[in-house]
Amino acid sequence: MSFQIKEQSKKYDVCIVGSGAGGGMAAKILSEAGLKIALLEAGPDFDPANPDQMTQLKWSYESPRRGASTKYRNFGDFDMAYGGWQLEGEPYTTKDGTKFNWFRSRMLGGRTNHWGRISLRFGELDFKRKDFDGKGDNWPISYNDIAPYYDRVDKLIGVFGTKEGIFNEPDGYFLPPPKPRLHELYLKDATGKSKIPMIPSRLSILTQKVNDKRGACFFCSQCNRSCSVYGDFSSSSVLVKPSLESNNVDLYVNAMVREVLTDNNGLATGVSYIDKTDLQEYQVKAKVVVLAASAASSARILLNSKSASHPNGLANSSDHVGHYIHDSTGAGRSAIVPALMDRKRYNEDGVGGMHMYTPWWLNDEVKKKDMGFTRGYHIEYWGGMGMPSYGFGFGVENYNTMASDDSSKKAGGYGAGLKEDIRRYYGATVGFAGRGESVPQWSNYCEIDSDVVDKYGIPVLKFHYKWTDDEVNQAKHMADTFDEIIHNMGGIPTGPKPGPESNYGLKAPGEIIHEVGTTRMGNDKNTSVVNKYNQAHDVKNLFVMDGGPFVSQADKNPTWTILALAWRASDYLVDELKKMNI
Amino acid sequence: MDRRETIKALMAGSVASSFVITSCGPDESTMKNAKVGTENGEGFSTIETGAFDLDKEGHGYGRTPEEEAYDVKLLSDTFFNEHEMATIAILADIIIPADDVSGSATDAGVPEFIEFIVKDMPYHQIPVRGGLMWLDHESNKRFNKVFKDLSDQQRIDIVDDIAYPKDVKPEFTQGTKFFSHIRNLVATGFFSSKMGIEDIGYVGNTPNVWDGVPEDVLKKHNKSYDEKYMDQYIKPDQRNEIASWD
Repeated sequence: MSFQIKEQSKKYDVCIVGSGAGGGMAAKILSEAGLKIALLEAGPDFDPANPDQMTQLKWSYESPRRGASTKYRNFGDFDMAYGGWQLEGEPYTTKDGTKFNWFRSRMLGGRTNHWGRISLRFGELDFKRKDFDGKGDNWPISYNDIAPYYDRVDKLIGVFGTKEGIFNEPDGYFLPPPKPRLHELYLKDATGKSKIPMIPSRLSILTQKVNDKRGACFFCSQCNRSCSVYGDFSSSSVLVKPSLESNNVDLYVNAMVREVLTDNNGLATGVSYIDKTDLQEYQVKAKVVVLAASAASSARILLNSKSASHPNGLANSSDHVGHYIHDSTGAGRSAIVPALMDRKRYNEDGVGGMHMYTPWWLNDEVKKKDMGFTRGYHIEYWGGMGMPSYGFGFGVENYNTMASDDSSKKAGGYGAGLKEDIRRYYGATVGFAGRGESVPQWSNYCEIDSDVVDKYGIPVLKFHYKWTDDEVNQAKHMADTFDEIIHNMGGIPTGPKPGPESNYGLKAPGEIIHEVGTTRMGNDKNTSVVNKYNQAHDVKNLFVMDGGPFVSQADKNPTWTILALAWRASDYLVDELKKMNI
Repeated sequence: MDRRETIKALMAGSVASSFVITSCGPDESTMKNAKVGTENGEGFSTIETGAFDLDKEGHGYGRTPEEEAYDVKLLSDTFFNEHEMATIAILADIIIPADDVSGSATDAGVPEFIEFIVKDMPYHQIPVRGGLMWLDHESNKRFNKVFKDLSDQQRIDIVDDIAYPKDVKPEFTQGTKFFSHIRNLVATGFFSSKMGIEDIGYVGNTPNVWDGVPEDVLKKHNKSYDEKYMDQYIKPDQRNEIASWD
């Protein structure tokens, strides 16, 4: 199925760089239109059904480190990301003492193999945030422009949920949602006491089949391991694999793209890449180039594509490439709920992730009063009787007296009593994760580090990123909200409440892995990189179809919008080719 | 020997040097003994009490070539000496003894898990090795013997002084740090083993159909499902029908 081509004389219609959500969608739509595609992926081939690669349904003890993380798998031994926060021989740097953490997956399907499957549409407000609060910029498109593509993505890929009719939380074509777990019922009551909404979650997991090529979810809760029956969305399983069957797509794996090639007219002619297996450089020629390498990687390729006609990088006459990079905000909390101790055991794995969540509920309030921030966040919840792995049973001394009615009980201990304590508290922890919208800033950017190259000789990215008061105040609101919910359910927070010394628990930029905005779209070519169809203002046969074109990343998780925009851009691309405009 | 044979030999060697009593040579019989030990549930090593298999592509748990090489390297090294392993085994069974639900930490292969994990996560090495030294020093001071050679009651006398970090005398703070550290490793090694997972009662990790919290549990917790969603939730018998919205 996949193969490496040592010398490529074939000229393609389209060369797509990256096989994640955007690249996978482009490969599918463009190949179905009959175009000849070269799809380049910097990592190896991957199929979650391949027994040599699969980790689904493995037990903790099938890993000698019991599922703990390694430098090869930062989210644990079974997590399906070949990559992590640092890749050997592929550094990135930061400047001015700022922090940015960059997670890269190098494999077919990229980060879609392990993502949370939270598949939320942006709402009408999310495209027009400047109109709402005067900050940042509006998108050049509105919800109505993208809604038909959200509809198609829902039906093609599948997402469960419920029609709720909530403003700015558009409904879609949903599959049936799973019933809540026990701790989610407790949370539902607790959020209700504070008038915080909590509704069935919206995840791209097949609670019912959408075609005969993908199986229905069998409830192992391990979506982060990538599903061997393709019962959840990953680009490799759902988009790339079917498109390879068309014979219109040649897949190049281990192909690390250095730059986009251009001709004397400044048009793209293809890309050059390093074949990681022989460390030789090759070129692939194509009429159109689609970058979908991830927001930061695509910016890096553009900035490294310097030529006489593009002295500061390709598609960068605006000097905007790399600027406005922004990630979601994130902060978390956990608590022990005494009512959930000494639980009856049963299988409550369910789907991978939460069965209920809280959409942002205070759009009106942030308008009415000064809360110190104006953009929203949603709340994800976790808990339940999961499979013990490395880390389970740690820190008993921190909790085994928390909910004890025996006043002589001492923290810590050993022996039969310790075993019993661990059993009693199993499944009694609930957790909270706030994921919010940040305000994109010109002063947050990635650029080429003038001093550092990676092991392939390609200049690397340097990041400069600072949160503003908006994000810090939003994190404070999250911390207050979590503790209110914990109080409502009679829970005991684990650890002290995060305060100003830690920005209220606000994670460092990049850590939520929603970085977008480096090649933002707009109608003005002086203040944006691509137009509203993801087409570079400066180079008409160059498109960017990852998260780079986002003007603002709502609190909604970017994947569903990357998919919808890539489909829309691919339709436009086909149309422009037909009209001979490209 | 081809590569996989070498690996097997290395594994057997590390098992033998740290645990199997005599005959340390990486020969066929030692390997077989180690394997037999496991199949009988005696759990000589992490390798055998776990299920990963160096003979399989991806070691049976989806490793990439880089990860395979890393595992092999870790397994080919030995960190703890025989004395340290024996002390760890005694401590492990004090922390997690057999009871009427399940076996002990050593029954579940915890010492071998600890030998592996300190090589995988080197930041454990000094606290654990140093802690074992502290323990022997304390034992010598009190009883003129190393910890391993103490009576059960003498061991417990020391453990009681270091097992409760919030009620600790100033002279035992370091010992308490060590005990909390080893308790973490023992507890996690036990409860993530097959025996420990059965003990805790985790019954998932298998294809099934989620149709909500069991009725008796709902009743006990005084919870119920929202009527307005009941028609919308997953219908187990319709999962394999192709969805249609038209």
